[in-house]
Amino acid sequence: MARRINTPLTDDVIKTLKAGDNVLISGVIYTARDAAHKRLVALIEKGEQLPMEIRGQVIYYVGPCPAKPGIAIGSAGPTTSGRMDPYAPILMENGLKGMIGKGRRSDSVRSAMVKWNAVYFAAIGGAGALLSKCVKAAELVAYEDLGPEAIRRLTVEDFPVVVVNDAHGNDLYEQGVKEYRIK
Amino acid sequence: MGKPARELDISEITKAVRRMCISANYNVPDGSIQALKKALETEASGVGREVLARILENHRIAREECLAACQDTGVAMVFVEAGQDVRFVGGELYDAINEGVRQGYRDGYLRKSVVTDPLFERVNTGDNTPAFIYVDIVPGRDVKITVAAKGGGAENMSGLRMLTPAAGVEGIKQFVVEQVANAGPNPCPPVVVGVGIGGTFDRVAVLAKKALLRSVGSHNSHPMYAKLEAELLEEINKLGIGPQGFGGRTTALGVNIEFAPCHIASLPVAVNLNCHVGPHESVIL
Repeated sequence: MARRINTPLTDDVIKTLKAGDNVLISGVIYTARDAAHKRLVALIEKGEQLPMEIRGQVIYYVGPCPAKPGIAIGSAGPTTSGRMDPYAPILMENGLKGMIGKGRRSDSVRSAMVKWNAVYFAAIGGAGALLSKCVKAAELVAYEDLGPEAIRRLTVEDFPVVVVNDAHGNDLYEQGVKEYRIK
Repeated sequence: MGKPARELDISEITKAVRRMCISANYNVPDGSIQALKKALETEASGVGREVLARILENHRIAREECLAACQDTGVAMVFVEAGQDVRFVGGELYDAINEGVRQGYRDGYLRKSVVTDPLFERVNTGDNTPAFIYVDIVPGRDVKITVAAKGGGAENMSGLRMLTPAAGVEGIKQFVVEQVANAGPNPCPPVVVGVGIGGTFDRVAVLAKKALLRSVGSHNSHPMYAKLEAELLEEINKLGIGPQGFGGRTTALGVNIEFAPCHIASLPVAVNLNCHVGPHESVIL
C-alpha cells in the first residue's frame, strides 16, 4: 500500500519513512539538474538569495520534454541522481528535505541525509509519459536559458515514488541486490 | 556499361529522419515490449513486477497518446547504409539529416539534449543538432537509414576495455557482467546490453552501439556468439539488481553481441547500455 504525503516535508514525516516504502507525493516540487544545481550552489557560496525557498522542499531531478498544447508538461521521468551528488549536501545543509531521481547516491550524500534528516526517493526511470500525468501544473522559476534544465515549479498529485535512502541510513538498492542475488 | 546511378533527392532523407525521430521516441520497439511482458510473468520480486507493469503502462500511454516514452529523447544517432549506386541530389546529405532531426525534435515536442562544447560553454544548441552520423557504403541502389535516440543515463554507464587474447571468453564475460553490476540502478534497468567484441579501440565501441540496433530477442547469426549472448543474459540476471535496481531477477531484457576481426595481439570489448525504452527505427529508401 502506498502512503500519501504532502510537500513541504516535515521532520516528523521524514523520520517515519523507510527504504522500500511506496509513497505518493502531492504538492509543490522543484525541478533541477546539474546545470541548475551548479548555479544554486554558487549563489549559496556567495551568500546570495536562491530563486526559490528550499527549506522543507523537494527537488526532482528531471529535464522534461516540452509540453504539447493543452497539457501541463511533456514526458517527465527522473534523471540519474549521482550527477547531483557534488551539490546535494550543501542544499540539505540549507534546508532541502527531499530529492527525487533514480540511481545510487554517494556516501557523502547518504551521510548528509542522516545528518540533516532528509530522504531520497526514486521514480521509475523510463516512465516519463506515465509520470507526466501526475503533474498538474508547471511554471518556470529560473534559468530559462538552460532550456530543459531550467528550474520549474511543479504541482504534482499522487506522484509515485519509492524511498531508496531514508534518514536512518538504509539503502533500498543494497537491500534489493542482497535479497535477489544468486551466487 | 552498368546502370546509371539512382538519384535520391535528399529532401526524402530529411522527411524520413524527421518522421523516425518522432516515431521512435513515441513507440517502444516490439521486441522490448514482448521481453517486458515475458519478464512480468517470470519476475520473482513483487516490487519488480509492479515496476514492470508500470513500465508497460507507460509504453502504452506513450504510443496511444503520442508522447515520448522517456523524457530523455536523447541525442539523435543516425546510421546510413548507402548503396554505392545511389547518388544524392538536391543538397548535402549531412545537412539533410540534421534538418530532419531539427524538425523532428521541434514538431514531436521532444527534449533538446545537445550542448555546444562539452567542457567550457555547454550551451544547449536548442534544436538537438548536430546528429551523430555514421555512413557505410554498401552494394546496391537502396539507402537504409536507422535513427536511434540515445539517452544519457544508460550511455554514461558504458565502458570499454582492451583485453588481450589470453583473457578469452571468461575475460569477456567477467568484463560485461562487471560493467552491468557497476551500473546498478543507474541506467534504468531492465536494460538491453550491447556488446562489441573485436575490431580496434574505436571500432569496438561502434559495434556495441550497433548491437543495440538489433531487436531484443534476436540472436547473433554465429552460433557461438548466440550462445555467449544467452550465457551472459543468464549471468547478468543473477546479479539481483532487478527492475529499477529495487531487487529482482530481471536486470537485462537481452544481450546483443556484434563482433569483428581484430589484431593478433588484441581482444577489445565494449559494453553500451540501453534502458528498457531504447528507441530506434529503420527505413529503406
